[in-house]
Amino acid sequence: MRLALLADIHANRLALEACLEHAQARGAERLVFLGDYVGYGAQPNEVLERIQAEVSRGAIAVAGNHDQAVADEQESMTTDAETAMAWTRGQLGREAREFLASLPLRFEDGPRLYVHASPQTYPPWLYIREGRDARRALEASRAQMVFCGHTHVPALHGITATGQLVSFKPVPAVPIPLPIHRRWLTVVGSVGQPRDGHPGAAYAMLDTASSELTHFRVAYDIQATATSILQAGLPRALAARLRKGF
Amino acid sequence: MPQTAIAPGTNLDGFLVGERIHQGGMASLWTASHPGFDFPLLVKAPVLSEGTDPAAIVGFEMEQMILPRLSGPHVPRFIATGSTGFQPYLVMERIPGPSLLPMLTRLPLACPEVAALGARIATALDDLHRQRVVHLDVKPSNLLTRPTGEMVLIDYGLSHHEELPDLMGEEFRLPYGTAPYMAPEQVLGLRRDPRSDQFALGVLLYFFLTGVRPFGDPQRLSGLKRRIWRDPVPPRRLRPDCPPWLQEIILRCLEVHPAWRYPTAAHLALALRHPDQVKLTARSEKLRQDPFTTVLRRRFADRELALPGGKTPSRSDGDAPILAVAVDLSPEAAPIAGILRSMVAHMLPALPGARVACLNVFKLGRITLDEQVDAEGRNRHLQRLVELRHWAEPLGLEEGRISFHVLQSPDPAGAILQYVNANHVDHVVIGARASSLRRTLLGSVSSQVAAQAPCTVTVVRARRLRGADFKDEPEDKGEGTWTVG
Repeated sequence: MRLALLADIHANRLALEACLEHAQARGAERLVFLGDYVGYGAQPNEVLERIQAEVSRGAIAVAGNHDQAVADEQESMTTDAETAMAWTRGQLGREAREFLASLPLRFEDGPRLYVHASPQTYPPWLYIREGRDARRALEASRAQMVFCGHTHVPALHGITATGQLVSFKPVPAVPIPLPIHRRWLTVVGSVGQPRDGHPGAAYAMLDTASSELTHFRVAYDIQATATSILQAGLPRALAARLRKGF
Repeated sequence: MPQTAIAPGTNLDGFLVGERIHQGGMASLWTASHPGFDFPLLVKAPVLSEGTDPAAIVGFEMEQMILPRLSGPHVPRFIATGSTGFQPYLVMERIPGPSLLPMLTRLPLACPEVAALGARIATALDDLHRQRVVHLDVKPSNLLTRPTGEMVLIDYGLSHHEELPDLMGEEFRLPYGTAPYMAPEQVLGLRRDPRSDQFALGVLLYFFLTGVRPFGDPQRLSGLKRRIWRDPVPPRRLRPDCPPWLQEIILRCLEVHPAWRYPTAAHLALALRHPDQVKLTARSEKLRQDPFTTVLRRRFADRELALPGGKTPSRSDGDAPILAVAVDLSPEAAPIAGILRSMVAHMLPALPGARVACLNVFKLGRITLDEQVDAEGRNRHLQRLVELRHWAEPLGLEEGRISFHVLQSPDPAGAILQYVNANHVDHVVIGARASSLRRTLLGSVSSQVAAQAPCTVTVVRARRLRGADFKDEPEDKGEGTWTVG
């Protein structure tokens, strides 16, 4: 089965649609959403409608820190994120809030674990930025494969039978075999706000039959998305960063 | 004897296992056959038992990842992978014929034989490097020859793929490799530089030329590290008949810093195939090792100096291409030759590692045995070389980055294409004259090269005013002139 794994969409409708279309063309049979559907971007309702529709068709979705922040005003955030979150709260209706509140924090799918940030308990929402973080995260879980987002930077970490850690920066569109007797943690990157210096929307696909993982970067209309952020009166920096991918 | 679930007669998903042809500490090898494949097959299975080297399974996993991504005549063709019970296996094409290992009994080899062998291995390495793989275990037992003559590199258990996680590099603290052949940077744990394979090839060529390994066969890490600060005895001291150019090439491969070796294996192959174009430096003259004081200074120098810095060149990046510039020296092509030169001059600053081969074709109408005509032909050949050098002089390229080749053929396009194929040229720059009606209908040298070259071709034309198109022009005259266009 081919799974498309998408994280950190952040109210970016065009990026989400571009990734879903891309994944569909490559035979995705199941969608897995790894959290942070809202925040930063200007289309939270459109994005949530699409996610809800996909979930009703069998997609899996877990909650992220921005999704939790809609109901929980105690979540700590940067100034721009806080500004965008305050705006987002004003945009969302009851149905959207209920959908967000209903999302689980983790989902176990056979040997795979789907979480937003890391398998460790929250708060705090931990960032898996380097090998050490990945090691702690894998030690906190028994799943053979962990999939997460949160850092907005695609990465692959593996832990071997002898306890060594392999960290790797995935190359877009190059399938990586994940031997099943090793343990892996994949950060899929961000659909709606990439931060690794590349503006293309990021997501990953796993072929469970061949145990091959492929990261993708997808072009979407950044110009139109940036304009919608400015028109909503959100901080200019949130529009500018989309073009640079940071 | 380690137990494996594979034995003669085992059926592995349709592959019938034959006899065992090798049992090592890391893997066992078996012949195999399958009704769907009409060439010999090989089954490779890692040794899995208590106390075996974990490198056996990690190396096998790396080979399982890398082999299916490789293609071409210089690698064994990947067929299948699978497992029987807990025993994983890999099925690949079996290259008939021995490795270079049996040659060790008849060392030292003659100098031309060493150079020819080196050129074939370097060509295979370049092909591998273009496929984003650094082999990291180049040695006689991993080099096989196809019946058709191509050198084949086998065993990718220690290799590094630019686009895949490096399980081998992360798994082990100690450097993995074969002690006599390992490059200094590999000893220090750096596994991503294609030029490490050039070092191993340099060791092999040195060994085949002198019968002696340049750095011995050290058994400890301290002994392995010695090659970082101790230079080998120059080959000419052991082999007085070794020509300076061959010592130049071998010692350049054995340079401690990868940046001092050839930019790519294709450059090395080109040097081995064109000894007359090798730029001789102090390396070629050396008859003894560096003085004690120099060695001491290197020994206690800042470790940073020993570690290669800067950007690791990626073969697939193409930042060190071999450029072939086909220059038409006929008087009527003089304007286009100038435009061609300025085009090359604009390209070079972006390609600091580029090597330029200037080509001219001496168009022969027929084969002649007449001595006087032959002598005249030689003179004209020399004259062409002089003219080519004159053409390239304004480019200001130092010796070693540019070479000159006058090809003799009745068919200019065919000769250029043959050169491009034989020397793994990355980019051809060729001039074309104004497209006259006759040329459009009959084809031209540049269009034939552009259509058939296995690489990028830049066709350079003089900008014309509109309306001047398709003006007919007179026939080429004389068999001695070659006109591109």
